[in-house]
Amino acid sequence: MLDYIQGYLSSNLTPGQAGNVFWVTVYILIVFGGISVAVIAMNWLERKALAHFQVRLGPMRVGPHGLLQPIADAIKLLTKEDIIPSGADTFVFWIAPLIILCAAFTVYIVVPFGPTHAITDLNIGILFMLGVASLSVLGIVMAGWASNSHYPLIGALRSSAQMVSYEVAMGMAVVSAILMTSLHGLGMYGVAAKSTGTGTLSMIEIVKMQQEQQVWFLFKFFPLGLIAFAIFAIAMVAETNRAPFDLPEAESELTAGFHTEYSGLRWSLFMLGEYAAMIAVSSIAVTLWLGGWMRPFPHWLAGETWDLVFSLFPGLTFLGLAAIAFIGVARMPKHPYFKIQTAGLGGFGAVLGLIGVVLFVPLVRDRIQDIYWFAAKVAVFMYLYIWYRATWPRYRFDQLMKVGWKVLLPIAIGVLILTAILGVVL
Amino acid sequence: MAPITTLHYLVAAAALFVLGVIGVLTRRNVVIILMSIELILNAVNLNLVAFSRLYGLHGQIFSIFVITDAAAEAAVGLGILIAFFRNKETVNVDEVDLLKW
Amino acid sequence: MQPVATTFFFYLLSGLAILGGALVITRRNPVHSALALIMTLLAQAGLYLMLYAPFVAGVQIILYAGGIMVLFLFVIMLVNIEKAQKQEQFNKQWLVGIAAAAALGVLFVLVYMKGKALFPERALQLPEQSNTQEIAVLLYGQYMFAFEIASLLLLVAIIGAVVMAKKRI
Repeated sequence: MLDYIQGYLSSNLTPGQAGNVFWVTVYILIVFGGISVAVIAMNWLERKALAHFQVRLGPMRVGPHGLLQPIADAIKLLTKEDIIPSGADTFVFWIAPLIILCAAFTVYIVVPFGPTHAITDLNIGILFMLGVASLSVLGIVMAGWASNSHYPLIGALRSSAQMVSYEVAMGMAVVSAILMTSLHGLGMYGVAAKSTGTGTLSMIEIVKMQQEQQVWFLFKFFPLGLIAFAIFAIAMVAETNRAPFDLPEAESELTAGFHTEYSGLRWSLFMLGEYAAMIAVSSIAVTLWLGGWMRPFPHWLAGETWDLVFSLFPGLTFLGLAAIAFIGVARMPKHPYFKIQTAGLGGFGAVLGLIGVVLFVPLVRDRIQDIYWFAAKVAVFMYLYIWYRATWPRYRFDQLMKVGWKVLLPIAIGVLILTAILGVVL
Repeated sequence: MAPITTLHYLVAAAALFVLGVIGVLTRRNVVIILMSIELILNAVNLNLVAFSRLYGLHGQIFSIFVITDAAAEAAVGLGILIAFFRNKETVNVDEVDLLKW
Repeated sequence: MQPVATTFFFYLLSGLAILGGALVITRRNPVHSALALIMTLLAQAGLYLMLYAPFVAGVQIILYAGGIMVLFLFVIMLVNIEKAQKQEQFNKQWLVGIAAAAALGVLFVLVYMKGKALFPERALQLPEQSNTQEIAVLLYGQYMFAFEIASLLLLVAIIGAVVMAKKRI
């Protein structure tokens, strides 16, 4: 038994590929916990960042600087009354948020946090991710239908039409990135080595191809990778029903669209599924175009010293966050009512500093590298999501559909054809 | 338990096929009949993929084409259903009798 | 890589698929039938994975469960099923239909019993790691013509469905 557990540690495969059920379960629990913590942090960050964009402060009272606000929200949602509208189809009403949640979380079994840090590595990795992400459309349609009310039905129809339309453009952009995995050669235009002609759909192999070709696919065939990434970045915002494509769930337009009739725990399942889907499609974008777990400039700034410099980044990030917390402590009002908040913020800063110091230990430093760079890139995308929501007005529904079919799809097909031509010619 | 042979998969596919045939022959709602047709196509696909494990990848390619055909047929069938529903306000197959005297 | 618990998963997945099939043909509410069909399709994708066909499993999830079933649900919502739910669900010839299907089932059983020697159990195991690449080689090489015809068929189906569902041509 013990060497079943130990036996995996010396292999260099993902636990799914090695067939080790114990470590697969451990990884699944770690990923599940990590995504839940990320969703909670994202909830807090969204409210604070939106507030700061709108020149106000956001939640400040629940914990120091509102840090305990998500927990208060969770307690409120859990204790709300569970209302089911009369005439609603109870079974379908109950199962719709579960479908969205399961679809959003099942995607994570192929997300590559490192060359061996994934739950498993399917041969059809990216196909699986796109397919399971498209199952959430079913949940939305069922949620709108089962609510037996006008606004949810219209919201559900609009939302699913939007998601299905942008899935097509997303798929085309993904195909052009997959095409680049088979077009070997070094650097931006790939002229040094010849193509083997065998690409791959597996997520870990895609990042390894970027490593071999010494270029992020964002910069490969110069404008084409960038345009494909831009199409995917726009389509993924529409796919997750976020601003500026959030007409189906906008409060001023449709009284919250397909989740109008859901209250309490069921609504929180929808939000959990939405944030998890956001992180999932961001990790697709990071894997396909932004080099996955690779640190910046692995080939231009190569060598022992640069490796050391870049390996200090995780610790420095956490120490920086701790420094921000301590600056917040210094700026707290010196009133006796604020003693607990000041102490709380100081404690939080101390915990962050401790994590930062632990991440400097060489043993931890080497192993945390890949996961850190992947998480950092996904975090940039999460911040971009919040930025979009704060900055841009909503698209009207017909404008939304026009952009999806008449603008993104032709450009995506054009990029695909040009990538294929450049790959064969160069 | 005995190891799972190809015969097990064929029996499962046959059961799905028979269920689909019952659905097509006994239900009155057009949408349910179309879904039973999808069940039949799925049973055929399972058969093809089960045999392709023994005889090479051709079965899997055939099943990809069957899935493509099923998508096209579902789209056209549902289009016909919508067109008919606009005329006669019913989804009952028994009432599709416009050509009767 | 050794598959884990093949017998258990086979019985679980095929049981779910057959249960889903039975629910499809017996539910009064078409939305419940559609949900049962989704369960069958997903169980079938799992069966494909057990048969070393990951690409077909992926295509099944994307196209069938994520595309065709969304289409079915849309149409169920567009068509007024309230009246249809209150009517008689099974038609007048249901006994004859079940008898015919039972005869078909008996035929299947006889074929499988008599012909068991025709498909001997070979130890051929398709490598799972390069399934997509090998399908691509066959699809774009030997079956290129069928591939192009399939895309033409899809174009015709799209145009046909749009024309038939329009209000005024």
